[in-house]
Amino acid sequence: MQNGVREFIFVPAGDARPPGDGLPPIGDPRFSVATAGPSRTLRRTWLDTFDWRLFRAGLNLEAAAGRGKSELVLTARDGEPVAAELARGLRWPAKIDDLPVGPLREHLAAIVGVRALLPVVQGTCVQARLRALNVDDKTIAMLIIDQMALTRPRRAAVPGRVAVSPLRGYQAQASRFADALALAPGIAAAEQSSFESALRVAGRKPGDYTSKIDVQLSAGMPAALAVCTILTRLFDTALANVPGTIRDIDTEFLHDLRVAVRRTRSVLKLAGSVLAAGLAGRYRPEFKWLGDLTTPTRDLDVYLLGYGAMAAKLVAATEPELRPFHDYLSRQRAASQRQLARGLRSARFSQLASRWPHDLREVANSPGRRATGKFAAGRITSAHQRVLRSGAAIDATSPPQALHDLRKRCKELRYLLEVFASLHGPAEQWRAVNELKALQDCLGEFQDTEVQQAELRAFARRMMADRSAPVETVLAMGEIAAALALRQRAARGEFAGRFADFASPRGRARIAALTRE
Amino acid sequence: MKVVAAYNIKGGVGKTAAAVNIACLAAADGFRVLLWDLDPQAAASFLFRVRPRVKGGGKALIAGKRPVDDAIKATDFDNLDLLPADFTYRYLDLHLDSQRKSRLRGLLSPLRGEFDLVVLDCPPGISLLSENVLRAADLLLVPLIPTTLSVRTLDQLTEFVAGLDRHRPRILAFFSMMDRRKRLHREIAEELPASRADVAATVIPALSAIERMSVQRAPVTASAPRSQAARYYRDLWREIRATLAVSPAQPGS
Repeated sequence: MQNGVREFIFVPAGDARPPGDGLPPIGDPRFSVATAGPSRTLRRTWLDTFDWRLFRAGLNLEAAAGRGKSELVLTARDGEPVAAELARGLRWPAKIDDLPVGPLREHLAAIVGVRALLPVVQGTCVQARLRALNVDDKTIAMLIIDQMALTRPRRAAVPGRVAVSPLRGYQAQASRFADALALAPGIAAAEQSSFESALRVAGRKPGDYTSKIDVQLSAGMPAALAVCTILTRLFDTALANVPGTIRDIDTEFLHDLRVAVRRTRSVLKLAGSVLAAGLAGRYRPEFKWLGDLTTPTRDLDVYLLGYGAMAAKLVAATEPELRPFHDYLSRQRAASQRQLARGLRSARFSQLASRWPHDLREVANSPGRRATGKFAAGRITSAHQRVLRSGAAIDATSPPQALHDLRKRCKELRYLLEVFASLHGPAEQWRAVNELKALQDCLGEFQDTEVQQAELRAFARRMMADRSAPVETVLAMGEIAAALALRQRAARGEFAGRFADFASPRGRARIAALTRE
Repeated sequence: MKVVAAYNIKGGVGKTAAAVNIACLAAADGFRVLLWDLDPQAAASFLFRVRPRVKGGGKALIAGKRPVDDAIKATDFDNLDLLPADFTYRYLDLHLDSQRKSRLRGLLSPLRGEFDLVVLDCPPGISLLSENVLRAADLLLVPLIPTTLSVRTLDQLTEFVAGLDRHRPRILAFFSMMDRRKRLHREIAEELPASRADVAATVIPALSAIERMSVQRAPVTASAPRSQAARYYRDLWREIRATLAVSPAQPGS
């Protein structure tokens, strides 16, 4: 608690009216309480991103609105203020650019990034201010009494809360007052912040969403059960992101949905054989369909998210000349988002959403005897060998496709390492993934820049065909294509070194360390 | 940070009443105000229900053994803090060094960032403490009962201040406890402000509401803000503010 402030929770006693406002009576004749003005009603909304970025950063963000005044307050978990801003007319969800310019927005921007701020819990709160008085009727502390009823995600009452803030020079007396208050019936020291209490009443757990595959496997468990557990977890992640994707709240919903689908496809391909006959084969086309459905919107998101950086690098052309390209991308994205939403609302998706978990449960009920540790080691070894073979075959004359194929093999190995991560020691896992990641980054840069150059040409052709691109815009796009070509060349130049590191005896040993039983 | 000292050689002229009300009005206007009750009689501390006690007494404060900051108490009013009186303040002269008459000014300087206005409620008399007050203050607020002798006292004070080397506070005298039934009071209170720039136009009459402050234990400007007495003090505060040409600091400045 900050600056000697002590907080308590209480069950309101009798009438919640002044002067006590429901505060249990204090049985110490040295102290009394008096009202310090009329109470006020506040609408309190606690905000965070879908993946709890603020909570994970140890911060709380609250929007408090009442009597024509709306304020956004950012505090550390212990209640210490970080930044505050007057903010009227904000609607949630809101993105960082929707917030008023100022220190609060600046502070949040680095943490929130592209994610939208969503209401986590919301409530209406009656706040009363009281004075704690000593025998001279001198104020020694201010009391803030907070009685809140949750309105979202469900209606429920939160225990009353009182904060005792000592006045300057009266810390000792205020502390004695707080001690006396602590002895009153129905009162207890608050062990959680208002936000945490509200979350608890709302039945929400901070950090209850992560895109990471946080499953706990053991080497001895049946492999089919392990694969089912992984696939179930991946599908839960995918489903959790569907409403946000349909509502287009922020681009990360779609990103996380896509990653979950891609991981699912890789698991089905590389480890699906352990499942009941035909199951993987039956569902692979469905997940391919789902993956393909998400591709156009995500590709356009990548362009739009990178537009600022792209425009900033223009040398001959200017940003306004490139602007029609941005507008074109935005229009295209709006259209592809509609298609995507339609797909996610379709009967085909509904069927997948109901049948897939059901079929996985069936497999999990009769998982067979094959042990996960041995199975995972075998799969990782094969995938590793495939990467080493494909990479070793690449030389300076190899066509781009050879590098693209190697990238796919690397992704498969990466997904296997990630889904079976809980079988490995965190340090070994980190070392293996880190080196693979460096190689993947290089291959990703090589392929993405090539694809983007091709797409840029296709965009330019279509924009010229429908007369939405003046010549200046096409020239600016050409400049971007040239910059991409330079980046691609640089990535190609780096490849040999990166692969040599990965394929070195030390690099091989890092992966091998994960497959030892 | 500006320092206003409610000061007069004579006692019982309305120094404390002026100090507490001006401090209260300034705080209500958004100034961060410290009222230092320098009078061992502790009337200002009593009015704010603050016990007149400073750990270590005046000696520890003057010697710097106890930071001024540690002795400050919040009043029940926003933006208004009080440095309470202590009965040992009657020996302050003994602790002040006759060679260094800026000790009081030095004690206040660490508070510069914390307060916009310091109001000193001074004990009557002319002493080493008074000389320290004159060197610390930007403005001497001098309550006068409208009598010939009081005017003579103002002249003596003005002459004394003019003789100071380096820092000289401005003087703003005002008539206090004026009895309208007395012809002499009326004549002096009408003539002097018109002829002297250092005498305020505001005249505070003798009003029972002001006397009742000690019963209410609150400044009249807070306990009866619509009363005639509160109106007079508001007029006086406006004149002080114009003389000092001050406005409250922006939050965080």
